[in-house]
Amino acid sequence: MTLQNFITLFAEQFDDTEMDLFTPQTNFKQLDEWSSLVALSVISMVDEEFDKQLTGAELRNANTIEELYRIIESK
Amino acid sequence: MYNPFSLNSKKILVTGASSGIGKGIAIDISKMEANVYILARNEERLKETYSLMQGDENIICIADLCNTENLNNLIDTLPVLDGIVLCAGIIKTMPVKNITDEAIEEIFNTNIISNIKLLNRLLKKKKLAHGASVVFISSVSTFNVKVGNSLYSSTKGAVNSFAKAMALEVSKQKMRVNCIQPGFVPSSILNKSGIEEDSILKWYAERHPLGFGTPSDIANACIYLLSDASRWVTGSIFTIDGGYTLQ
Repeated sequence: MTLQNFITLFAEQFDDTEMDLFTPQTNFKQLDEWSSLVALSVISMVDEEFDKQLTGAELRNANTIEELYRIIESK
Repeated sequence: MYNPFSLNSKKILVTGASSGIGKGIAIDISKMEANVYILARNEERLKETYSLMQGDENIICIADLCNTENLNNLIDTLPVLDGIVLCAGIIKTMPVKNITDEAIEEIFNTNIISNIKLLNRLLKKKKLAHGASVVFISSVSTFNVKVGNSLYSSTKGAVNSFAKAMALEVSKQKMRVNCIQPGFVPSSILNKSGIEEDSILKWYAERHPLGFGTPSDIANACIYLLSDASRWVTGSIFTIDGGYTLQ
């Protein structure tokens, strides 16, 4: 999966955040809409799309969307 | 010695006996001299449970209750039971909008549908003795809900409602059906729920006035519900959670 595809899927887990706010460098935990529910959605999406179990610790260790993408790709 | 909680020579089936609460219940009721039929899919882990049990009349049953052929074969091999503890269960943590059809099917099949099919066949084949006791392991999540846990909560809510309706039906044969709703008992079922994270464990720890539970805390309630001491108890839902849902 390409980074751009991942960003699209990542953005789909949000309901109210403008699409153009999602870039590789977006510090996603700073987004107003970021919450534990969105985090669970991201974990579910990664499970579904990558067949990989993303942990809360891995999510905490990533700051930008690209960092998260790299973590998932390296699992 | 006066012991209203004796399970001596009672034949009791425990599902989900290869890990967690089910494993603890199988071990503890064997120490109360029950003849325990331990059931799960994984033979290796069932043998581990078996090795920790007491008595020489315990039986290992390997079957996948979600597989109809397995289930029907199992019913044929079981004796008439005095009790059954239904512990087999899985957790699927996902927000409603991320739920997949496969997840719905898997969790409902494991947590409620296979239990209904099992009890249906046990009754039809007259494999539950007069006065038998059925114990479901439910969850406080039936009423204490968390985001991402809708599937699990709804399966356990179904368990509670099913147990009450069945309790009414089987009362003529003096059979009893009850549920236990445990709070947080650390076990492998939680590994896949994202709940093993330290920060989440800490959150739960702060909210359990008596600390986390152990499988024996739940097994002791099962001993009561399986024994003749609870002959007048049916359709009841016991919350056993170290005070978790008090506030």
